[in-house]
Amino acid sequence: MTPQLLVTLLVFAPLLGAAIAGLFGRRIGDIPSQAVTTGLLLAAAAGSWVTFYGVIWGDWPARFIVQIAPFIDVGNFHSNWSIRIDSLSAVMLVVVTTVSSLVHVYSWGYMASDDSRPRFFAYLSLFTFAMLALVTASDFMQLFFGWEGVGLASYLLIGFWYKKPTANAAAIKAFVVNRIGDFGFALGIMTCFWVFGSVQFADIFPQVAAKAATTWQFAGHSWHTVDLACALLFVGAMGKSAQFFLHTWLPDAMEGPTPVSALIHAATMVTAGVYMVCLLSPMFEYAPVAKQIVTLIGAITALFAATVGLAQNDIKRVIAYSTCSQLGYMFFAAGVGAYQAAMFHLFTHAFFKALLFLGAGSVINGMHHEQDMRKMGGLWKYLPVTYGVMMIGTIAITGMGIPGYDLGFAGFYSKDTIIEAAFAAGRTSGVGYFAFVIGVLAAGLTAFYSWRLVFMTFHGHAKWGHDAHHAVADDHASHAQIETHSEPLPDDAHDDHGHGHDHTPHESPLSMLVPICLLAVGAIGAGYLFVENFVGAEQVEFWRGAIFNGAANHILHMAHTETPEWVKLAPLVVSLLGLLGAWYVYIAREGMGARIAAEKGPAWSFLYNKWFFDEIYDATFVRLARILGDLFWKGGDQKLIDGLGPNGVSWLSYVIGRGTGRLQTGYVYHYAFVMLLGIAGLLGWFLFMWSR
Amino acid sequence: MTGILSAITFVPLVGVAAILLLRAFGQTGERADTAAKWIALAATLASFALSVLLVFQFDPANTGFQFLEDVPWFAGLHYRMGVDGISVLFVPLTTFLMPLCIAASWKSIDKRVAEYMVAFLVLETLVIGVFCALDIILFYTFFEFGLVPMFLIIGIWGGKNRVYAAFKFFLYTLLGSVLMLAAILFMMGVAHTSSIPELMQFKFSPSTQTWLWLAFFASFAVKMPMWPVHTWLPDAHVEAPTAGSVILAGILLKMGGYGFLRFSLPMFPHASIQFTPLIFALSVIAIIYTSLVAFRQTDVKKLIAYSSVAHMGFVTMGIFSGNAQGEQGAIYQMISHGVISGALFLCVGVIYDRMHTREINFYGGLVSRMPFYAAVFMLFTMGNVGLPGTSGFVGEILTMTGTYQASTWTALLAATGVILSAVYALTLYRRVIFGEMTNPALATITDMDWREMAIFAPLIVSTLWLGVQPNLIFNITGASVDALVGAWRVAVAG
Repeated sequence: MTPQLLVTLLVFAPLLGAAIAGLFGRRIGDIPSQAVTTGLLLAAAAGSWVTFYGVIWGDWPARFIVQIAPFIDVGNFHSNWSIRIDSLSAVMLVVVTTVSSLVHVYSWGYMASDDSRPRFFAYLSLFTFAMLALVTASDFMQLFFGWEGVGLASYLLIGFWYKKPTANAAAIKAFVVNRIGDFGFALGIMTCFWVFGSVQFADIFPQVAAKAATTWQFAGHSWHTVDLACALLFVGAMGKSAQFFLHTWLPDAMEGPTPVSALIHAATMVTAGVYMVCLLSPMFEYAPVAKQIVTLIGAITALFAATVGLAQNDIKRVIAYSTCSQLGYMFFAAGVGAYQAAMFHLFTHAFFKALLFLGAGSVINGMHHEQDMRKMGGLWKYLPVTYGVMMIGTIAITGMGIPGYDLGFAGFYSKDTIIEAAFAAGRTSGVGYFAFVIGVLAAGLTAFYSWRLVFMTFHGHAKWGHDAHHAVADDHASHAQIETHSEPLPDDAHDDHGHGHDHTPHESPLSMLVPICLLAVGAIGAGYLFVENFVGAEQVEFWRGAIFNGAANHILHMAHTETPEWVKLAPLVVSLLGLLGAWYVYIAREGMGARIAAEKGPAWSFLYNKWFFDEIYDATFVRLARILGDLFWKGGDQKLIDGLGPNGVSWLSYVIGRGTGRLQTGYVYHYAFVMLLGIAGLLGWFLFMWSR
Repeated sequence: MTGILSAITFVPLVGVAAILLLRAFGQTGERADTAAKWIALAATLASFALSVLLVFQFDPANTGFQFLEDVPWFAGLHYRMGVDGISVLFVPLTTFLMPLCIAASWKSIDKRVAEYMVAFLVLETLVIGVFCALDIILFYTFFEFGLVPMFLIIGIWGGKNRVYAAFKFFLYTLLGSVLMLAAILFMMGVAHTSSIPELMQFKFSPSTQTWLWLAFFASFAVKMPMWPVHTWLPDAHVEAPTAGSVILAGILLKMGGYGFLRFSLPMFPHASIQFTPLIFALSVIAIIYTSLVAFRQTDVKKLIAYSSVAHMGFVTMGIFSGNAQGEQGAIYQMISHGVISGALFLCVGVIYDRMHTREINFYGGLVSRMPFYAAVFMLFTMGNVGLPGTSGFVGEILTMTGTYQASTWTALLAATGVILSAVYALTLYRRVIFGEMTNPALATITDMDWREMAIFAPLIVSTLWLGVQPNLIFNITGASVDALVGAWRVAVAG
């Protein structure tokens, strides 16, 4: 099989699966639908690994494009459906199809008694196809197609349990907030088209250097051309990757089934923004201001989300904020020019974050749909495998390792590279140093909330069972909590929940544990195995030109060679401090966390309410849209326009009509006839005059 | 293939004659009604078949008018027909939607069925005539007389407030077109011809252009409709029967956009440049204002009607962008909106036929009893939102791209429309389809039957196919639009 054929098949396999399960799922039944989608996804994953190997180490060309069909051709606006394969897209292919196929398998167990499984699997496969279209795009139009396609799948899957009002609200919120990002994205694409005369990456990238010193008129101002284009495109990335200001949809997206959270809202879709920035590195390298914006937003998000994660009680929301924070890391890595490090963290993060989510799903499943960590505790005895893999995931995300021997779990390599790159950038730029400080600080917070999750869930006293309610300090739930613990998922082979009183937690079935364990292997080894390739000595041979570093950009090199020892140790030290802190609060002084929450101090409230972003947005934008909508409708259309226009005129004609009386025979036919006569008469008269 | 345009245009009248013959032979009652339906369906399908042939015979490379017919009439007037790349696609759009409308009315119209079919067939003839006429008087005749069957459709088969809505519709469109008639007669007086191709070559003085442009604008702006003369549309839609709404949104609104492309741009290029800021401003207001109004609607049809106004804002903006992207995008958007909004109104028709209410709050949770309907409605909602992969996307992105070149502010403000459309469309979908089914009246609602699925199938295929292969349209419109843009640039520069 030629490489071209292989990649074509692997991209379209999930679409085929989605079509079969989506269109014929009811006819062919649940199990065949699941088997078809999962089978095709596993095949796609196998193909992706072959592609990955072929492009990077094999004898495949370093980059090639398979043309599928033309898309839009208008004037000099040319766009194609195509499959672009290079190291960058190969990495994404592997991440997307691997996690997706594992999530497909996991869902066999997790969704076992849901009554619309074909629909669920069809959506999962549809998502995967859109994501593959996104990562293999060779122009902005297909990129945008994939971009919004994954948005659609995300919308459908967040709202999968359509009877839940909160799920529906969350689905719309996700779509609309992403659309705000896409608003900027679309304007960025238009800017690129008029600046470079093309939407093809291959046409745009070689021209960037020549345009680096030019300015561009936009919205009444003169901007640095490349900065403007990159900044607008980055707004799209902010939406998709849930960065500060546009992050509010991601925690709410946890209303979707947990496998969805793992696949879409942790490992793949939300990293599309990071991928785009890396893909567009030939542009960003000439956009110094845009890069600073990326760095700043990334750093702020990393810190913000980590602080909010400290105070959440819903197990999935903690992980969601953790995702948000880790995406911030990736962005500031890209912002300081270490795109390779950003992609590396994207790669390792996909394993350990999918692992954490699927592990959380296993806990929720085992706890009979309970998501509130305050009602857990002591679960390690009951879910030993889940406990083990969650420990692995936590060690991976907190970046534990032995610096001297360069030995650690996945996050240790990628996160430390990012922090070192930020430090290296900080020598010359304030923004870089800011990112470095935040990166270290957030690493401590990451450790705290991650271990807090493990301790609250698996250690301490069991807070479930008959006296569960007494253990909960804060029952006066704000709306943030009402949205929690309501995943109506049925679990596998256990019909004891819901109606029985046996609330003993139980371990999950093999179909769920096997994918988690495979991800655990990745969470342990992905860093150690690939560090030299992604960011180390072999990175040039690995990326093979897919990522561009400007002539003055030696950030990776500096990060490796010129980083003082204390910088290398700093993340580890703060991580250990975070671990100690979490241990002190949730194990040594068990109950202390609940007491702090019960006091409702200002700092706690601020974090617990997520810096009040939802409240602020509701009070401003949402309210404004309602008020303006009503104003335009009732004031503008009904009072002003209709009042002065047609109703005024019809009132006049009514008065006249009453005077003449006889014309109003009340039958529409008569009116029509008179009108016809009128038009004909008018026309006839004018024609008569004209022909003379 | 000379004569094919007249054939397409007047085949529906053959159907009318057949129905009237039945009537003349004293056939009434249910059997005659059924016969009338089948005759109407056959006539519209015949017209559609001919228009497919037309598209295949059309030479996209030729920028002039094709399939010309020219018969001297009376008083120096001619019966002139012909199409170019700008007009040709509106013919199949019309003939494509018409059989679907007849099929959609199959069960929902139960009074005066024969008359209803006659009204639709006459309307089809007049609408096709508008897009094919190459004589300005002939154009005006089709354009103006098209009001009458639509007026009757709303006024006789409409809802409770049908008379008010019908009059509002008539009053608005008539007032606008009276000014256009005056302008037409003036132009004929100055240029001594009523031939549209000749008038396109005639150079009106800049000051004359201003007045003529405004007179045509009055008519086309009402038809589009543009803000602030749009308020007739929601009322007309709400009261019109389902098929009437489909034709209104799918085709009648396109006459305004077609008019701008056929008359305003080529005949009054200087005035078009001069008034472009006005068009941009009104377009942007239409997009933002009506999207926000749509968001607050409580009536399904009114919401979709307002969203039509917003989508037409993209069209007007693209037409006056002065580049190929904007204008091709505008034509594409008109075709695409014809399909998608037509389908959305048919979607409303499905539940209206069952429950006889359009109140959004009456519904909710329909997906649990109507999964097929939910899937179809989702597809067209996404088309309305402009999701890539559906035809709704291509028109929006191209009109915005085209406008960006002319005015970045306009593109920036118009782009907020992509956010707002998601807000109102998804909110509507959620309230009608998702959630628990709480209204006991809905407990026995049935999913779509075979007839309804057969109506939606071609619309689904078109939406997706055009969304993935928009070049099917651009290949046909390309050369003519390039010629139009080129001529316009020359005229403005010279």
